[in-house]
Amino acid sequence: MKLKTSALMLCAALAVAACTNPNRFDNPAGGAGVTDPFASDVVPGSASDPASPAYFQQAVGDRVLFAVDQSTLTPEGRATLDGQAVWLLSNGDYTAVIEGHADEQGTREYNLALGARRADAARSYLVSQGVPASRLQVVSYGKERPIEVCSDETCYAKNRRAVTVLAGGLTG
Amino acid sequence: MMVRVLCFLLMVFGAAPVLAQNGPLRIEITEGVIEPLPFAVPDLVPETAGSAEMGAQLARVIAADLTGTGLFRELPASAFISQVSDFGAPVQYADWKAINAQALVTGAVSVQGNQVTVKFRLYDVFSGTELGDGLQFAGTTDGWRRIAHKVADAVYSRITGEGGYFDSRVVFVSETGPKAERRKRLAIMDYDGANVQYLTGSEAIVLAPRFSANGDRVLYTSYETGFPRIYVLDVGSVQRRVLESQQGTMSFAPRFAPDGQTVVYSVSQGSNTDIYSMRVSTGQATRLTNAPSIETAPSFSPDGSQIVFESDRSGSQQLYVMPASGGEARRISFGEGRYGTPVWSPRGDLIAFTKQSKGRFHIGVMRNDGSEERLLTASFLDEGPTWSPNGRVIMFARETQGAAGRSSLYSVDITGRNLRPVRTPEGGSDPSWGPLQP
Repeated sequence: MKLKTSALMLCAALAVAACTNPNRFDNPAGGAGVTDPFASDVVPGSASDPASPAYFQQAVGDRVLFAVDQSTLTPEGRATLDGQAVWLLSNGDYTAVIEGHADEQGTREYNLALGARRADAARSYLVSQGVPASRLQVVSYGKERPIEVCSDETCYAKNRRAVTVLAGGLTG
Repeated sequence: MMVRVLCFLLMVFGAAPVLAQNGPLRIEITEGVIEPLPFAVPDLVPETAGSAEMGAQLARVIAADLTGTGLFRELPASAFISQVSDFGAPVQYADWKAINAQALVTGAVSVQGNQVTVKFRLYDVFSGTELGDGLQFAGTTDGWRRIAHKVADAVYSRITGEGGYFDSRVVFVSETGPKAERRKRLAIMDYDGANVQYLTGSEAIVLAPRFSANGDRVLYTSYETGFPRIYVLDVGSVQRRVLESQQGTMSFAPRFAPDGQTVVYSVSQGSNTDIYSMRVSTGQATRLTNAPSIETAPSFSPDGSQIVFESDRSGSQQLYVMPASGGEARRISFGEGRYGTPVWSPRGDLIAFTKQSKGRFHIGVMRNDGSEERLLTASFLDEGPTWSPNGRVIMFARETQGAAGRSSLYSVDITGRNLRPVRTPEGGSDPSWGPLQP
């Protein structure tokens, strides 16, 4: 039963991703999980298990990126969030904290507020796609937790992000 | 660690103290100075057995305080012609004049048990007179640096006519580790980086500690619940408590009002960030701004009547001033670039800020109405100014570029001169300079 639900969800996510973000298929983890979800080598809890947080993180995509000093979702970002919404609706045991982040080009307080805007942009979009607001919290880290540490745009682009971090998942 | 200040009149020669305004030994630091004023601080004369080392240490700290202002230049002991071996003996002005020492600080120290007593005098060498009265300070041996700072504050005050700032402390964030997993904890230190003590652990991110006006408490932001919340920490007991906050919101950027009873801070709710004030005793919050834009980094004027803050309501970060009770805000920054982290000077005449322009960060000052903007620094990332108690010096954090980037503290004079690193055991950010200690 569980597997069937997950598989349906997966097809929906796949359809969305196929329309808007073909690059996602370059992700080897995603590719492995997506091409044959009924394969017998699905390891529960691993990225090959569509109900797993690892799958959410790698195949669905746990983050959306933003332009400099902006909190407007890009088409790619909306596609990722569409996938997140489908996943969250199919995996009702999970709640999520959406973390908003900024790159280092800004003052500390402003970046906290900017991170809040970004987290809220992702949260509002998920709510608009039917995810109950009660399952979503937001937190801003401002520029405190970059994932890339160089001081140029290649790193900054990855740091300006909203990351959906799962919690819960009792039956996972 | 109390330092008792005993205002002894040590004038034993019957000479009237020379008024600072009349003597030639005077630095007008509002002028575009300067050739640093040469001074000498011989080791303080030991008046008890075993206090010679303390006398030498005290002289070093006094000299470092004065030299660190950029206004004074120390003459090395190797240049001295006469030695000071008796605090009460007449000063050989000719010997000090010959090496061009314009100011001479002499002192004596006695140590009994854990008690230190220091006497000092300041001489105007070229006019051959004493400047001000002799003073005596007493304290405990573990507080000996404070006594040196008190002497240096008195010397600085007498020569410049301004209040001192050496016997003061700074609370800041001490940082270790790489950028992506930096560990932060609150620390407090003497203004010169000595006597660092840690006030929190580094399990949770802590940000932007802010002293109360009298230095008894510190406000800061911590993620210990997983979400940014404001805490108030008692400096003496190191006890802390979280301030009231509404579920589902984030609070940060707190600062005390000058009376210490009210806190202003930012609350993010949804995509919006506004400024609130709260009575510390009751937890009762009042919303001061109500705009869909980002309003943050509030700072009170020293009389408590106004608040300067930053907002992007115009489309980019700029500085605004509003009444302390909220209401109509007036934009004061109009230059090219983005302005943030405004802090009102303790004198009330200037506002310090962080400016971003053309990919560089600057610490700057402007008058309260936004006029006479002056940038004091420029680097890859300078931010978060805080004022010395006398409003003459600004401390801030500078982060270096790249994967190995590190944040450390610096100070700069409001003239833009005398940029200096403030040495701390680890990296440092978010300094908040406390008051001159009693």
